[in-house]
Amino acid sequence: MVTATGNSDRPVLVEVEHLVTHYGTNKILDDVSLKVHEGEVFVIMGGSGSGKSTLLRYILALSRPTSGTIRVLGRDIVNSRPSELYELRKKIGVSFQSGALFTSMSVGENLILPLREHTDLDRKTMEIMARLKLEVVGLAGFENLMPAELSGGMLKRAALARAVVMDPKLLFCDEPSSGLDPIVAAAIDELILRLRDALGMTVVIVTHQLESAFEIADRMVVLDSGKILVTGTIEEVRNTTNERVQQLLNRRVDVHELDPEAYLKRLTGS
Amino acid sequence: MPAEGQQQTLNGAARRAQDALERAGRATIDGISAFGYGAALFFESLFWIVRGRSIRQPVRLSMVFEEMMQIGILALPIVTVLSLTIGVMLAIQGIYTLSLFGAESRVTVGIALSVVREFSPLITGILVAGRSGSALAARLGTMSINQEIDALRVMGINPVRFLVVPPLVAMIVMLPALTFWSDLVALFGAGVYVSLDLEMSLSAYSDRVIEVLTVDDLLHGLGKSVIFAGLITLVAVVNGAGVTGGAEGVGRVTTRAVVQSIAAIVITDMLFVFVMTR
Repeated sequence: MVTATGNSDRPVLVEVEHLVTHYGTNKILDDVSLKVHEGEVFVIMGGSGSGKSTLLRYILALSRPTSGTIRVLGRDIVNSRPSELYELRKKIGVSFQSGALFTSMSVGENLILPLREHTDLDRKTMEIMARLKLEVVGLAGFENLMPAELSGGMLKRAALARAVVMDPKLLFCDEPSSGLDPIVAAAIDELILRLRDALGMTVVIVTHQLESAFEIADRMVVLDSGKILVTGTIEEVRNTTNERVQQLLNRRVDVHELDPEAYLKRLTGS
Repeated sequence: MPAEGQQQTLNGAARRAQDALERAGRATIDGISAFGYGAALFFESLFWIVRGRSIRQPVRLSMVFEEMMQIGILALPIVTVLSLTIGVMLAIQGIYTLSLFGAESRVTVGIALSVVREFSPLITGILVAGRSGSALAARLGTMSINQEIDALRVMGINPVRFLVVPPLVAMIVMLPALTFWSDLVALFGAGVYVSLDLEMSLSAYSDRVIEVLTVDDLLHGLGKSVIFAGLITLVAVVNGAGVTGGAEGVGRVTTRAVVQSIAAIVITDMLFVFVMTR
C-alpha cells in the first residue's frame, strides 16, 4: 500500500479494514480499507452514490457494518459498548453536510451545548469559549442569530465552529464546501487548514469536489460504487494508471455504445 | 426450483390474493415492530430518569419545564373553551333525553359522572394529541431529516434522553392536570346551563355534584389521562423518528402520529373502562 511522505511514521488515528456494509440486501461498501495518520488532512473522494458519506457514517459509529474492523483513536468501535464510545465522542468533532445545527437554538447555544454536556465549566467561561471559536471561523458577533437566519457559507462556518468547540483531536467534515460558490468554498477550505494548524487536529474530509480535494489534501482515497480505486498522496492519485480514476479526475463522461433496437424498445415501453 | 414453477401456474386472482396476504403480513410485522420500538423507548426513558444523574448525563429539568409550558400552560385557553362548550352541550343533551322520562332533575348525576369519568379525559387527550402530538412528531421528523439526531449522537448526547424524556415527563404531569381543569370548567359550564334551564341554584347544583362524585371517579378519569399521555408521546416519537423522504415525509408522519394517537386513546379508553368497571 502506498504511504504518504512525512506522515507514515505518525500514529494511525483512524483505521478501517475490509469494511463491508449493506443497506437491506444491497451491498454499499465492498472491502474498504484505509488508514489516517495523525496531523494529516485525509480526503475521501468520490462521486454521488460512491458510498463516501456512508463510509463516514460507519466510521462515526452511527451504523453497524456487516463485517470488517474500524478503529478510531485506537478503539475498536464496532465491538465497543455505548459507554466506551461516549468517552471517544468527546474527542471527535463532526461537521455535517447541511450543518445540522439545532434549529430551535441560537448559534451560540449550539456551540455551548457540547460544553454544557461534557464539562463542568460555568456559563461565562462557556460563552467565552463559544465566542472564541466563532471568531476563529469569522462569525464574531453572530452568536445570537438563529440557524435559519444564516446564509449557506455562514451555516458551514457555524457547523465547523461547533465541531471544534471541544478542541477535538479528530475533525470529520462531510462535504464542507459543496453548495457554495467557488470563493466561499475556497474560504472554507482555507479555514479548515487554519483550524488544523491552530488546534493540531487531524482532519478527514468527505467530498466530491476535485478542486477542493487537490487543494488541501495530504493523502486521499478515491471511492467508486463502494470500492476503493486508489489511495495515496495527491501526486500518486493524479498519476495513477487506473482508467476509472482518470475518467473521474478529468470529468470524462462514460460513453456507452448505443443499441438502436434496445433504445427503441425502452422509449416505446415495450 | 419448485417454488418458481408453482408461481407460474397460479392464475391472476390467486396471485392477487397472495400479494394482499403478503401486504397484510408485512403491515402486521411493521405494526408490532413499531409497538416494540415504542415500548423500548419507554423503558429507556425510565432508565435515563432514574440513572441519568449517576452517570453524569442527567435529564435537564429546564427542558422538562419548557415542555410543560408548551404542552400544558399554553393549551389552557383552548382546553377552557372546549370544556365549557362540552359542559353546556352535555347539559342540553342530558336535559332533553331525561325529559322524555320526566327525570330532568337527575341530569346532574349523569353530567358529573360522564364528564369526570369519560368526556374530560377523552376530549382533553384528543386535543393534546392533535396539538402537542403533532408538534412533537414534526419536530423529530424535521430534526431527523436535517441530520440533527445524528449530530446529537456524534456529540455523545443520547437522543432519547435529550428529545424523548422531557416531553414524556411533561406530558404525564400536564395531561392529568389539564384533565382536572377540564373537569372543573365543564362541570361549571353544565352547571350554568342547568341552573338557568331547571331553575336550580348553582350552589344546589354544585352540592349535588360533590355528593355524587367519589374519589374513585376522579382517579378513574385521571388514571386514564396518564396512560393517554404516554401513548401520545410514544406514538409521536415513533412516527417522527421513522420519517423518510423530506418535507412531505414530515407531513405524512405528523398526520399519522395524530391519527394513530387518537385511535390509541379511544381504544385504550374502551379497554380501561371495560377492565375497571367489571
